[in-house]
Amino acid sequence: MKSQRVSPALKIIAFIAAIFIALPLLSIFVRVPWSDLGDMLSQKSTRDALLISLQTSIIAAVISGLFGVPLAWLLSRSESRGLSALRVICITPMVLPPVVGGIALLTAFGRQGIVGQYLYDWFNISLPFTRTAVVMAQVFVAMPFLVLAVEAAFRQSDRGLEDAARTMGASPSRVFFTIATPAARPAIIAGLALAWARSLGEFGASITFAGSFPGRTQTLPMAVYELVSVDYRLSLVLSLVLIFISVAVLAAMRDRWMAGR
Amino acid sequence: MSISLTGSVGRGDFERSFDFTIADGEVLAITGPNGSGKSTVIHTIAGLIPLRSGHVESDGAMWDAPDSKVWVAPENRTCAVVFQDLRLFPHMNVISNVAYGLRARGVNKDKAIERSQNSLTHVGLTSFEKRLPSDLSGGERQRVALARALVMEPRVLLLDEPLSAVDSASRSALRELLPEVLGSFAGATILVTHDLGDVETMATAYLSLN
Repeated sequence: MKSQRVSPALKIIAFIAAIFIALPLLSIFVRVPWSDLGDMLSQKSTRDALLISLQTSIIAAVISGLFGVPLAWLLSRSESRGLSALRVICITPMVLPPVVGGIALLTAFGRQGIVGQYLYDWFNISLPFTRTAVVMAQVFVAMPFLVLAVEAAFRQSDRGLEDAARTMGASPSRVFFTIATPAARPAIIAGLALAWARSLGEFGASITFAGSFPGRTQTLPMAVYELVSVDYRLSLVLSLVLIFISVAVLAAMRDRWMAGR
Repeated sequence: MSISLTGSVGRGDFERSFDFTIADGEVLAITGPNGSGKSTVIHTIAGLIPLRSGHVESDGAMWDAPDSKVWVAPENRTCAVVFQDLRLFPHMNVISNVAYGLRARGVNKDKAIERSQNSLTHVGLTSFEKRLPSDLSGGERQRVALARALVMEPRVLLLDEPLSAVDSASRSALRELLPEVLGSFAGATILVTHDLGDVETMATAYLSLN
């Protein structure tokens, strides 16, 4: 495809923007102690943080999908004002400072929280500063990404097919599972990948609600944050791992995100 | 056994009154220009558009009566629709498309497949079971849509422009098939068409919306 002409001035501005994003990422590649990479990655603390990150982010992505897809369906199929308000609330974590999300989770599910106090009093369940809390924080910030992506797909899907299924005896839930969900499958996969990547990078809400306890709740981003002042070289290595995973997700998704080209 | 509609149908600013009853074995052809409400009747009887006023009744059972707040959901009405745009499920192969309604109504898988195969044979389609709708010609897709409706053994068959989405060669083949299929269909049929030839060959009653 022949590219359109872009003025030199715009090219310079665009180049500055691209450099601004690329330079910090490339700097990590330049400064990573490549010769010690293997040793550093095999350290127990590194492996623990990586495993906790992978475990919690995968669980968070699955939970986001299990609950987020039905939520997206509900939001896409109702015009009521109440649900419009619900939509705004549900996607708020996308723009909320994550640390505020952590405070909100503590307020709801902390031992003194409006739900957490009963969980503790009645069932002796304390959620904060556990690995469950890490997953909850990740779901809180990541699920809205999935909901938004999947809701858009449900809105664009062919409702005529859903009507046809209903005239054939399919209940609304059967229509959801057999017609609407398969039609939205590419968006659901994209949403899951987004939710997973967002969970993997989650920091603010997790460290507030779950703390950063090595081997228990410390994820890769938390480890990077703590290592910056203690072992900068190791923090670079862990950052490299996170960049690598993020780029891999982007590469896997490029067909979808570049679909407009 | 019959289906009757007495009242007005429509969406938005459009509204049109109807009053007809069709008995088993009868085929009511509805003709009229675009926008005259032909398809709206089909969608209203199927439960996809609520009736404005009056009632839709089948075999003495009320399906839709807004004044007395009666409304039976589409999935609980004993009718089957062949839509103008067919609406075959693109992610399912032919046999899954045809068996879909039976499975939704609780028929076990083996029985549903067997009945679907019989229905496909009835409309002249064999050896197409594993194909996706996108791999079929217009005429073949039309036959799948017909098989999908007939396999439900509905009391009321609703055909919305069943020959509009096919090329002329397929149309003449379907013109031979449809009267044969409708002749062996025990229930009531509503046929929406803009072709008076279809009315002559298939209809036992005729309603013009001109």
